[in-house]
Amino acid sequence: MSNLFDLLVAGLATGAIYALVAVGFTLLWQTSQTINFAQGEFVMLPAFLMLAAMHAGAPFWLAIILGILLSMILLGLAFKLLLVDPMMRHGVLPLAIATMALAIGIKESVKQFFSAEASPFPSIVPTGDISILGHAVSLQSIGVLVVAIVAVFGLTALLNRTSLGHQMQAAAQNPTVARIIGVPVERMILLTFLINAFLVALASLLITPIYLAKFSSGEVLGQAAFIAAIVGGFNQVRGAIAGGLLIGVLDNLAAAYVSTQYRAAVPMIFLIAVILFRPQGLMGRAEERTV
Amino acid sequence: MKSTILAGALLALATATSVHAQAIKLADVAELSGGGATVGTNWKNGIDLAIEEINAKGGVLGRKLEVTHADSQSNPGVARAQVQKALDAEPYVLLGPGYSGSVKVTAPLAAEAGIAQIMGGEAAELTQAGNKFLFRTSFGQQSSMPKVAKYIHDEMKAKTVAVVWVNNDFGRGGRDVVVKELDRLGSKVVADLSTEAGQADFAADVGKIKAANPDAVFVYLNEEESARILKELKRQGVTAPLMGETTLIGQKVIELAGDAANGARGHVGLTTDAPVDLIKAFREKFSKKYNYVPDHNGLKGYLAVYMVKATTEKMGKVDAKKFADTLHGLTIKAADEPGILMDVTFSDTGDIDRQSFLVEVVEGKQVVKQVLPKVK
Repeated sequence: MSNLFDLLVAGLATGAIYALVAVGFTLLWQTSQTINFAQGEFVMLPAFLMLAAMHAGAPFWLAIILGILLSMILLGLAFKLLLVDPMMRHGVLPLAIATMALAIGIKESVKQFFSAEASPFPSIVPTGDISILGHAVSLQSIGVLVVAIVAVFGLTALLNRTSLGHQMQAAAQNPTVARIIGVPVERMILLTFLINAFLVALASLLITPIYLAKFSSGEVLGQAAFIAAIVGGFNQVRGAIAGGLLIGVLDNLAAAYVSTQYRAAVPMIFLIAVILFRPQGLMGRAEERTV
Repeated sequence: MKSTILAGALLALATATSVHAQAIKLADVAELSGGGATVGTNWKNGIDLAIEEINAKGGVLGRKLEVTHADSQSNPGVARAQVQKALDAEPYVLLGPGYSGSVKVTAPLAAEAGIAQIMGGEAAELTQAGNKFLFRTSFGQQSSMPKVAKYIHDEMKAKTVAVVWVNNDFGRGGRDVVVKELDRLGSKVVADLSTEAGQADFAADVGKIKAANPDAVFVYLNEEESARILKELKRQGVTAPLMGETTLIGQKVIELAGDAANGARGHVGLTTDAPVDLIKAFREKFSKKYNYVPDHNGLKGYLAVYMVKATTEKMGKVDAKKFADTLHGLTIKAADEPGILMDVTFSDTGDIDRQSFLVEVVEGKQVVKQVLPKVK
């Protein structure tokens, strides 16, 4: 059990990334009833945008800024205007299918224009360790955890403590009433898409130095974040955060104490258990359906 | 006058037919496009260079070598069709393919035709199925892993070893041999970790390695996963020496892992960086002809043709049916046949035994640290 602390830290760091991505699922679902099955590819693409900027001669810090801005334009604005808005008229299912097609399109485009091989990606956090409670903990793990927690807390503060956040929540909870009381619902929904794009770009920046930049890297991440969002509660941001952290830690502990061969099965079994016994997720709220 | 012209034409035709009949026909099926294009192109260029050299010196037993190249598109299904087509032309020897998966599906065809197949695949199982016509140009895992285990035990002085491997045919095959050899030599395997192909997060695996506190870690994963685990090993501060095979210390791994690759050691069967004069000369000739430095697949293709030459000259005749029998158990010395580059012995299963190299990554570059002797 001596390495339990290390496993918890590493699991929380990975889980924090899952949480960032999972929050995007819940934000889009709450405001526009959109399930974005391209969310994993949304995390993969910003790293390649940053790499492209660096190949063009931009320094790393500038590439980060350009990557985040381009992500917000492509994965926020363009995604909403060119795919979600036109498809939404046809219902949730066609939209979900369209996002699956988008995932394939993004993946294959990156493969075609960059490479099928993985590429290295610089880290914003320096390598090395610091000692915590007598354990050497890598700065990278701490950096990932801290940045993700700050981002998520910032988002929570925005939603709960600012007028803008209250308007976003009002637009999400009841768009009709929100319109009546003067909330610019369309603008709030667009803002949600932009926030999601910012979060995935941040996740991409944090995780790519560890996972490497590869066209297919969004598959695993998207799946883990989707499970995290369901486990935590698809309609609650705090649920997505808890789900992400839980899945990250569970995955690591399962690999260490159960079997590395069956580590992928453990979150799935957990997911099935949650769906069976608490379908709204651990922190989600039950939604009634009227027929 | 007319009869003179006619006689001349007939003579020319007869001469041309005779020369054509005398050529020794080889058939090559390789990964010339698709994912394995680098492998196949190097292999083909190595073959062409060897044939050019041999023909320039008068050929084999006075007969020129001729080769036809076919593209497997890195696809086992296409490879099978191309090999069938190549065998229909009744070649003397079949060369290729380079991918183990393609070798696996084409080897039965060559064996059925009674034609020797000299290939580039390295999976252990290829030569363990009792195929008497299949020959390697490089080590299979059953040849490389004993050397790896010996190095870990003798040179690294590791009494305890953590073994981490990828859970596919490649990883499982290597793991089985190395664990058996370590056990035989007296090094204890204190962690035996299987990982998945494409795995991204190695935190838990490295945590287990840390907990086992081994004297050395043997890493046997595919290239990208090797880079990821190297980064994680560094991140978690594992200081035990790392040992692997070609997939741990390859240039792509070094590029992906960056600093984390420094200090990693690995066994390689063939490298153009080897401190062997004949290999240096090969590298120079190849680079001059093709304007790039070949990888080990260029060496494999080159050696395949010289295996044909040495075996045929040993028989003293061109006999496709006896070729495989002659090559089994044959030792070819570089002093007698410089094209073979290093002394080599072929086993009854078509496996190869020769010197190999211990490479260490130093400041982002492969450095050959030691020449490892033949196993037998």
